[in-house]
Amino acid sequence: MSARRIFARPARFAAIAPYVWMVLFFLVPFGFVAKISLSQTAIAQPPYLPVFELTQGLTAIKAAFAALSLDNFRLLVTDDLYVLSYLRSLIVAAVSTSILLLSGYPIAYGMARLPRCWQGVAMMLVIVPFWTSFLIRIYAWINILQHDGLLNKILLALHLISTPVVWLSTDSAMYLGIVYSYLPFMILPLYATLAKMDPALLEAASDLGSSPLRAFWLVTFPLSLPGVGAGVLLCFIPIVGEFVIPDLLAGSDSLMVGQTLWLEFFTNKDWPVASAAAVLLLALLLAPLFLYDRLQRRQLEGGR
Amino acid sequence: MTEDAANTATEADSAKAEPPADAIPAKAELPMAAFDMPLLRIDGVAKRFGAVRAVDRLSLDIRRGEFFALLGPSGCGKTTLLRMLAGFETPDEGAILLGGNDIAQVLPHQRPVNMMFQNYALFPHLSVRDNIAFGLKRARMPRAEIATRVAEMVALVKLEGLEKRKPDQLSGGQRQRVALARSLARRPQILLLDEPLAALDKKLRESTQVELMELQRRLGMTFIIVTHDQEEAMTMADRIGVMDQGRLEQVATPRKLYEAPNSRWVAEFVGDINMLEGEAGPSAAGRLAIVTKDAGTIVAAAPLEPAKKALVSVAIRPEKVKLSRRGPASDTASTHTINRLEGIVIEVSYLGGFTTYKVKLDSGAVLRSSIANTARLDVDAYGVTQRVVAWFTPDDCVVLEQ
Repeated sequence: MSARRIFARPARFAAIAPYVWMVLFFLVPFGFVAKISLSQTAIAQPPYLPVFELTQGLTAIKAAFAALSLDNFRLLVTDDLYVLSYLRSLIVAAVSTSILLLSGYPIAYGMARLPRCWQGVAMMLVIVPFWTSFLIRIYAWINILQHDGLLNKILLALHLISTPVVWLSTDSAMYLGIVYSYLPFMILPLYATLAKMDPALLEAASDLGSSPLRAFWLVTFPLSLPGVGAGVLLCFIPIVGEFVIPDLLAGSDSLMVGQTLWLEFFTNKDWPVASAAAVLLLALLLAPLFLYDRLQRRQLEGGR
Repeated sequence: MTEDAANTATEADSAKAEPPADAIPAKAELPMAAFDMPLLRIDGVAKRFGAVRAVDRLSLDIRRGEFFALLGPSGCGKTTLLRMLAGFETPDEGAILLGGNDIAQVLPHQRPVNMMFQNYALFPHLSVRDNIAFGLKRARMPRAEIATRVAEMVALVKLEGLEKRKPDQLSGGQRQRVALARSLARRPQILLLDEPLAALDKKLRESTQVELMELQRRLGMTFIIVTHDQEEAMTMADRIGVMDQGRLEQVATPRKLYEAPNSRWVAEFVGDINMLEGEAGPSAAGRLAIVTKDAGTIVAAAPLEPAKKALVSVAIRPEKVKLSRRGPASDTASTHTINRLEGIVIEVSYLGGFTTYKVKLDSGAVLRSSIANTARLDVDAYGVTQRVVAWFTPDDCVVLEQ
C-alpha cells in the first residue's frame, strides 16, 4: 500500500530516490567493507575469517561483537608505511588542488567573461578530453614525457637543454598528470558560479570607488566561494584516493593510499587490512565534507 | 532647439515655476560667467553600438540642485546616456563637463558621481550596513566617521533596525532604500537613478516618488533619473528631457512638455492627444484657420514661430475637449472664437476620477474627450449614441508641423 502511495506521488518518490541510491550503492557495500576490516586474514577463499555470520543467530553475533578486534586499525596507525602513504596522499591532494584552483580560476573567469556564443565553445573545449579514455590520455603523457619523448625533443631543438631531462617517474610528472586530468572538475563549478553573477554588481562596486582589482576581491571572489568549495571538494577527495596517475607517472619510492590499498588487496591478499585502510580513508575525507557543509549552511543562514 | 529649450528652463526656478512661454532664450554664456555655468554640461556626446546610434550628438545642461528626468521609450538611448555619465560607457565623441572638467574618459571609480541601479545591484554577501559603508571604505574614510555616516543614511531612508540583514532578507521596498542609501552615502555631486522605482508596486511607487522628491530637496543634491514612466517623470522632475532614437526631442518643464509639445512625436508620446491633420491658412490676429480633412475648419492660436509647411496637425488634449448637449452659449462667440464639432458618442469608459468619451464627428473624425467626474451622482452623464457638441477654444489647440 505504501508503495502504491509512493508511485502515486512522483514528487515524493523523487525525494526518496537519492536516499535509496545511497543505501543500496554506498551504505550496504560500505557495511561489507567495514565488516571485513574487523576480521582476521586467512588463507581461504575469500581470504579472511568472517567475524560473524548472519545465519548464526543473534547470540552468536552479540558474542562476536564483544570479541571485536581493532588490530587492523592499530596496524594502520602504527606502521610507517600506512601513516606515510596517508600523509603523502593528503599532501599530494592539497598541492594539486591548490595548483588546480590557481590555474582553473582564471580559466573559468575568462570563460564567464566571453561573449555568450563563445561560452558554449569554451565549455566544449573543456569537456572534449573526456571523449577519450582517461587511461589513453595518461599513456599519451608517458609518451610525451619519456626520455626520447616529445617534450625533451622540443626542448633540445630549442637548445634550452643540452641533455634529455628525466621527466617520467617524478613527482612533477605526477602533478602534471593530476592537474591535467582534474582541471575540468575545477573549472566547471567555478564557471557555473561566475557565469551567473550579475555584472551590475561589479559596476556597482566600481561606481562606489573600487578599482577593478579591488572589485574582484571584494565582490567577485567572495561570491564565487561556493564554486571554489565545490571545485576543491570535487578535486581533493578523488585525488586523495588517486591510484592510476601516481602509479603510471610517479616514481615508486613513495606511495599514495590508493596504491597501498591496491597492494594490500591484490598483492598481499590482506583484505582485512585493506578494508581498514579504506574505512580510515573515508573517515579522513568525511571531515572536510562536513566542514564544507557547515560553512555553506552558515553562509546561507547569513546574519539571521 | 534643445539648447534653447534648456536655456529657457534654466531661468525657471527649481520649484517647477513655469517660464513664460515667450521667454527669449539667453544666448550661450561665455566662460567668464562661471557662476552661471551648469553643474553638468553634456556637449555633443555620441555613442554607437555597431551600426546603432544609441546616443546621437546630444547636448544638455543640468543645473546644480536640479531634479532632471530622461524620459523615452525603451531603446531610445536614455540608459546609455546615463551609463556614460556614470562612466560605464565611454562616448565616441563629445565632452561631459562636470563643474567645468571633462570627465568623459574618467574611470567610473574615480568619478564624483554615484548611481542607483535598476535592480539595485546590492552586494548579496554583505549586510545592509556593509552595503552602505562599501563606498565610504573605498574612500578611506576613518572608521568612526563611516559609522556616523552609515547611521545617518540608515535614518535618512528609515531602515533602522535592519542594519545586520542581508539583502535577500529584505522586501523589495527595503532593498530599494538600501540601494538609495548606498548611492547617497558618498555624497555624490550628481546622483544617477536608473529606473529606480520600476520594481515596486504602484502604491509603493507613488509614496516613494514623494519621498525621493523630499529627499532631493532636503539634500539639495542634483538627481538625474531615467524612466520610461511619464507620470513618474512628471511628478518628480523639475525638467524632463524626452529622448527618441538617441536624440533629445524636447527639454522642458513637465507643464510645458504637456501643454506645449514642440513636435508631433512628443505630443503623442507624452499623455493622450487628439490629432487632426489639415492645411493651414493665413494667420490673422494671432489666430490661424486650419482646414482639416475630417473635422472641418478649426481655429487655433497661431504658433509663435509660423509653420514652415502648410500641412499641419492640430493637437488637442482630451481633457480640453468639452462636451455639451447644445454647445456653449453663442453670445460669447462674438469675442471668443470657439470650435464646435457635432457628433455622436460611440464609446464611454468610466475610470473613476474621470470618464473618457469617444465622439464620432459628423465630418468623420473621432475625438476623445476626458471629463472629470466632479459629482458623485451624475444624472447628466452622456451615453452611447447620444448626440453631443464637442467644443474647445483656439488656445486649447497646439499647431504642429507634420
